[in-house]
Amino acid sequence: MTSLPVNWLEKEKDRRRLNVGASAFSDKVYEALTAACALVVPGLVIAIAVAVFAAAWPAFAKLGLSIVTTSDWDVAGGHFGAAPAIFGTLVSSTVALIIATPLAIGVAIFLSEFSPSWLRQPVGFLVDLLAAIPSVVYGLWGIFVLIPLLREHVMPFLRDTLHLGATPFFRGPAYGPSMLAAGVILAIMALPYISSVSREVLMAVPRSQREAALALGATRWEMIRDAVIPYARSGIIGGIMLGLGRALGETMAVTMVIGNRPEISASLLAPGYTMASLIANEFSEATNDLHLSALMAVGAILFIITLIVNAVARWLVWSVSRRRAQ
Amino acid sequence: MRTARNRHLVSGAMIGLTYLAAAMATLPLLFILFHLIVKGASSISLDFFTHMPRPVGESGGGMANAIVGTLILIGVASVIGLPIGIGAGLHLAEKKTTPLAYTVRFLADVLNGLPSIVMGIFAWEVLVRPIGHFSALAGGVALGAMMIPLVTRTTEEMLLVVPTSLREAALALGYPKWRTSISVVLRTAMAGIVTGALVAVARIAGETAPLLFTALGNQFWSTSIREPIAALPLQIFTYATNAYEELHRLAWAGALVLISIVLVISLAARFATRSRFGAPVD
Repeated sequence: MTSLPVNWLEKEKDRRRLNVGASAFSDKVYEALTAACALVVPGLVIAIAVAVFAAAWPAFAKLGLSIVTTSDWDVAGGHFGAAPAIFGTLVSSTVALIIATPLAIGVAIFLSEFSPSWLRQPVGFLVDLLAAIPSVVYGLWGIFVLIPLLREHVMPFLRDTLHLGATPFFRGPAYGPSMLAAGVILAIMALPYISSVSREVLMAVPRSQREAALALGATRWEMIRDAVIPYARSGIIGGIMLGLGRALGETMAVTMVIGNRPEISASLLAPGYTMASLIANEFSEATNDLHLSALMAVGAILFIITLIVNAVARWLVWSVSRRRAQ
Repeated sequence: MRTARNRHLVSGAMIGLTYLAAAMATLPLLFILFHLIVKGASSISLDFFTHMPRPVGESGGGMANAIVGTLILIGVASVIGLPIGIGAGLHLAEKKTTPLAYTVRFLADVLNGLPSIVMGIFAWEVLVRPIGHFSALAGGVALGAMMIPLVTRTTEEMLLVVPTSLREAALALGYPKWRTSISVVLRTAMAGIVTGALVAVARIAGETAPLLFTALGNQFWSTSIREPIAALPLQIFTYATNAYEELHRLAWAGALVLISIVLVISLAARFATRSRFGAPVD
C-alpha cells in the first residue's frame, strides 16, 4: 500500500471545497430547469386559454351571446347560432352517463368487493383497455357495426315493442346516425374512466368500515350500500364527472355517428350535432373569417365547460384521497 | 317484509348484478376487437405497408405514407412531451408541498381531461395561422402538449415509490443533489417512467381531432415536418366517411394496424412495470 502524500489532506480539502461550490451551482441550475419544466404546465393552460379566446374574439365581438342563444346556423347569411350543437353536446353526454354510470359502478364494486381473485386482473385490464382504443376506431366501429345494429334491432324494439314511441324521446323514423348512437358510443368511451376512479376510491375505504357493517349484521350488499358507498361517494361523483368531461369533448367518434344535423329534436332517434363535431366538420370548409371565428367561439365555450367540469371532478376525487391520507 | 331471508335474496341479486355489469363492460372491447380482426385482417398484406394510396376507384394500394406519418408525429410529440414531462415530474416529486407543486399537479390533471380538439385549436392558432400553412410540426406540438401533463403525473408517481433511504445514501456519499436525482432516483424509477411514457405515446398515437387543425393529412409521400403530413387516424376517418366500399376495407385494415400499435405499446407499458415492481401501475 502506497502512503498518502503529505499534502493530501489539504488537496482533498480544496477538492471538496471546489466540488461543493460547483455542486451548489449545478444544483441551482438543475432546480431551475425542473422548475421551468413544471411551469410549462400552468403556462400551457394560460396559452391555450389566450389562443382559443383570441381566435374566438371576432365572433364574440360581432355576434355576442347570439352564438349561444340562437339556433340558426347559416354560413351564407352570416348567422351563427350554436344552440343545437350545445344542446346536442349536453344530451349525448347525458345519455352516455345514464348508460355508463350504473355499469361502471357495478364493475367497480365487482372488482373491489366480489370478484374472485383470478378474475380481478383480466376484467380490470379489459375495462381499462377501453380507454386505450382511439376514438376514430370507435367511430369506424360505430358506423359499420353499431349503427346498423341500432337501426335494425334496438330502435324498433325501443319504439314499437316497448311502446316508448309514445314518449317524445323515441318518436319518429329510426335513422341510423342519431343522438342515441352517439350516446351509446360515448357511454362505452366514458365507462373506463368512471370505473377506474370508482374502483380506486372504493378500495380506499377502510376495512374497518366494512367489518363494522358486517358485525352489525348487514348482508354483503347492505354493507356496500350503507357503509362503503357513502364513504366513497364524492370520489365516485368525481369519477362520473371525469367521464362527463370526456364525453363533452369527444370529437371523432361522435362526428362519425351522430348524423351532424343542426336541429334541436327531443327524439333520440333523430340525428343531432355536438359542439366538437360542429368544429371538426366545418373547420376545413370555413371560407370567411367570421365563420372560422364562430367555430373557434364554439371551441372556447367547450373549453370553459370542460375546464369547469374537470376542475370540480378533480377536486372531488382529491377530497376523498386526502381523507384517506389522514 | 324485511325478513333475513329477503335481505339475503336482495343481497345475492345485487351481487349478481355486479357480475352482470362486469360481463357487459368487457363485451364492447371484445366486440370491437372481433370486428377489427374479421374485417381488417383480410385487407392487410405487404402492399398495405409498402404502397401508397391508390386513386379512388382503383383497388389495392396501401397506407405507407400514413404509417410513416404517424411514426414521425409520435417522434416529434415525444421529443417535446417527454423531457418537459419528466422534468416537471422531478420537480413535483422533490418539492412536494410548495404552492407551485399543488398548482401544477392540479392543472396537469385538469389539462389531462381537456378535449383534444381544444389542443388542436391551440396549435393551429399558434403554429398554423401565423405561418400560413399546415405542418407536421404543428401536429407534433399539439400531441406533445397532450403528453406533458400525463408524463408529469406518472413520472411523479413513479419517483415517489423510490425509497428515501436510497436518496439519503447517495447524498451521504457526497453526490450533489442533481446527480442524486438523475443517477440514483430517476434510474431506480426508470421502468415506471418508461411505462408512463409508453402510456402517453399510446394515448396520442390514435388522436385524430388535433391533427385536423395541424397536420391536416397528405395524399402524397412526405416526411418533412414543415409540410402537411399523412397520419393513420386521419386516413381512417377520411376513408370511413367516404362512400366507396373499397376505402371502407382500407379503413378497417388501417384501424387494425392502428389498434395493434396502440395495444402493443399498452402491453409493453404493463410489462415494463410488472418486471420491476411486481404489480402493474396505471
